[in-house]
Order: sequence, then C-alpha cells, then structure tokens
Amino acid sequence: MARFGMVIDTRKCVGCMDCVVACKTENDVPDGHCRDWIAKRVEGRMPDLRLTITSERCNHCDRPPCVTCCPTGASHVHDYGKVVLVDHGKCIGCKACVASCPYGARFMHPEGYADKCTFCIHRVEKGEQPACVEVCPTRCMTFGDLDDPESEVSRLIATHRHFVLKPDAGTKPRVFYLE
Amino acid sequence: MLELLTTRNNPMIDPVLHVWGWEIPVYLFLGGWVAGAMVLSGWLMRRDPDGARPSVWRLLPWVGLVLISLGMGALFLDLEHKLYVWRMYTTFQPTSPMSWGGWILIGVYPVLLLAGIAGMPPPLAEAWAPLGALARRLRQPDALRLLGLASIVLGVGLGIYTGILLSSLGARPLWASGALGPLFLVSGLSTGAAFAHMIARDPAEQSVLLRSDNLFLVTELGLIALFLIGLASAGAAQGQAAGMLLGGPYTAPFWVLVVGIGILLPLSIQLLMATHRIGHTLVAPVLVMAGGLALRFVIVAAGQASTWP
Repeated sequence: MARFGMVIDTRKCVGCMDCVVACKTENDVPDGHCRDWIAKRVEGRMPDLRLTITSERCNHCDRPPCVTCCPTGASHVHDYGKVVLVDHGKCIGCKACVASCPYGARFMHPEGYADKCTFCIHRVEKGEQPACVEVCPTRCMTFGDLDDPESEVSRLIATHRHFVLKPDAGTKPRVFYLE
Repeated sequence: MLELLTTRNNPMIDPVLHVWGWEIPVYLFLGGWVAGAMVLSGWLMRRDPDGARPSVWRLLPWVGLVLISLGMGALFLDLEHKLYVWRMYTTFQPTSPMSWGGWILIGVYPVLLLAGIAGMPPPLAEAWAPLGALARRLRQPDALRLLGLASIVLGVGLGIYTGILLSSLGARPLWASGALGPLFLVSGLSTGAAFAHMIARDPAEQSVLLRSDNLFLVTELGLIALFLIGLASAGAAQGQAAGMLLGGPYTAPFWVLVVGIGILLPLSIQLLMATHRIGHTLVAPVLVMAGGLALRFVIVAAGQASTWP
C-alpha cells in the first residue's frame, strides 16, 4: 500500500508561483483562497543573509490532528496513498480541523466545507502527477511513494539533507524540503 | 533576524487564526454553566430524595434546558455547513472530543427533562394525567437518586468535554494543557453554584451553595496556577503561549476580567457573605458568571493566536 509524499528542493525553487496558479486552475480553488502558497524566509544578519523559498501545502501528516478531531469522519485518511482528504458531504463546517492544523493548510470553502490540498489524488489515481509538480519549471518538486525504497522521493530523502515544517508539532509531515 | 513573507492570505487563517468568534466562547460558557447546574442539582436531589425541602434543584433543570438550547443555538450559528449538522449523529468518532460532546448533549436533554418533571409542583404536573403519573414515579426516592446520579455523571462529562475540546487541538500551544478540562469543569461548577445560590430560597441551602461556590473559586485559582505553570515550564512554544497571558497581549483581560473581577472580587464578597458580615446580593454571583464568560473568551481568542514556531 502506497504512502504518498512530496520532496521539494529549496535550492531549485525560485518562487515563481506556477504551482499556486496550477493548483487554483486544476482544482477550481475559489477566489481569495489558496491550497498551496509560497513562503520566503530570510534569516541571518546583514550582510550574511540566507533566503529560503518553500512551496507549501497540506503536509498529509502521518499523525494528522485534523483527522482525529473531526466529529463526523469527513476528514479522513484515504486508502489510496494515505492521503488526507475531506468528504465534503460529511463536513458540518465546525472548523475544528482548521484550528487543529499547525500549518494553516486548511480553509473554509465559501460553500461551507473545509478544503485543502488533495495531492491532486484525482490525477494521481490516473497515473498523472499532481498539477503543481507537473507545471514546476525548475522541476524542484518530486512526488511519489515514501514506502517504496526505490522511489525517487525515498532516494532523495535518503541522500540529501532535508527538513520538514514545524517538526515540534509532532504531526509527522510528509512534505520534505531539501536544503 | 527571521523575516517571513507568504503569498497565503486565506480568510479566517491569516494573519492569525480566527475561525471562532463569539459563538464558541458563549457555547462553552453556557455548556459549563449547565454542567455545573446538573452536578449541583443531582447532588441536591440525592441529598434530599424525600423532597422535604423547597430545594432549588426543582428549578435548575428547566434553566439548564433553556441554557443548553441557547448554547447549541450558538454552536449551530458557528457552523459553516449548517444543513449537514445531522451528520454529527450518523457516526461516533472516538478520537474526537466534539463527537463525544455531541452525544453527551443527546443524553443531557432527557435527563434535564426528567429531572424537571420530577421537580414540578404536583398540581401543575397533575394537570395532564400521563405527566402526573410520570412525575409521581420520578419522585420516588430510588428514582430520584438514580436521576441525581445520571445528572452528576453527565454534568461532569459535559463540563470536562468543553475544556478537552480545546486541549485536543494540538496545533495551538496555549490549549495544549490537560488542566483545561478540569479548569472549565470547575469554572462551570462555580458558575452553576453562583446562579443556584442567587436564586435559592431556603437559607440553609443557600448557605451550602455559597460555601460550595467559594470552594470552587479557590480550586479554580489553583487550576489556573497549574495551567500557567504547566505551560511555562513545557517547551518553547507553550512557554511563548503562556507569555501571552503573562505580559503579552491577553494579560490585562485575563488578570483583570477573569482573575480579578471574575474570581478574587466575588470570592472576597462571598467570604464575607458566608460569615454573615454582609447580606446576600446579586453582585457576587453575577461577577462569578461574568468571569466564567470572560475565561472562555480569553482562552479561545488567545489560543487561536498561539502557534508553533
């Protein structure tokens, strides 16, 4: 059984926002909302500054607090790829999952249900890549099965220095950033 | 230096989380109040199963029904997908305190209703024969004891769940404390006791409820201390969250409204009332109730603003 994850090479990401536009187009994300976004972190002291650009989204955590707090089971771990999804027809819009996500990855869709990145599971089930991965002009994003030691994502994690966002939150995120 | 720029600007998420407005604190307050009322009325019911005294427990269940309905109304207003609310009751999610709460509320209604019927004045209950028969059965000492026990158990469950609801959402360091459940329960008990001794007619019962409220308020102070010490001595994120109440932006509302006006001032007044140095007035119980409401508002707002670094 696959366990999908993503590896993003921060040395290649230029923050062009193609991934953001592709996601909005592919998933018909409503105006004023986004399922993925670009964050730019500047660290250090002049003149020794370091800029890290990250394309961020739902981390499809191995320990997803949004799933455990959901009162209706709308937030769930999908059988295929262990992707965290929301069943819109079960969501009552209580917003507990939004409050429970340390990454701010969820938002309330104007129609009333919680919404977020799905790793474009509708594309992946057809053998395609998520839209953001597909359009990235620098090829900084890699998507695949973390449980397959031969997959590209597993190889990248095994051979490169990497980090995850907010590790102290204890959610075991599955989006990894190469540094 | 760390400067963070993000292209994300989702409503209710950025720049800080603000998904819950007035509805959730009001619901948590009313839920706590009802929880306190249920525990106290259950206790009074079991204390006097023969119904010899004009006890306040006869009125509390009816007040509880009104309050919990208002609270659930606030909860309903907060939902973004209102027409799907029935989905709560097509499943039970054991890891979700909100699911537990939904089912506890289902149990609260019949127990409050039965307790209310048991406490109805006989001439009123007898106005409709089936109601009168039910009231007579419920007024039997054994039935009252059982009803009192159910009231206490459900009241404790309701009171604790309102705190655990927040503390189970791990993304907010201020809420990541096991003390929130007991704190909200005891705050609910003090609110319930304040209201009960405000409306109680029997001087002996009023005195017992007043002294109970004083005990609850002192316990609440202890739990607030434990809550803050626990956060401050945990990791960096919780320490930062505790700082929001210890010098940060929520310091004044927390210490002035919750601790000062909501606990210390009414406790001082009620200690004087308990020793008969001053008479009973509405001031102290109203302040206790206002403090309970302020506690929920401050904890909900500050918790949403706290985040993992």
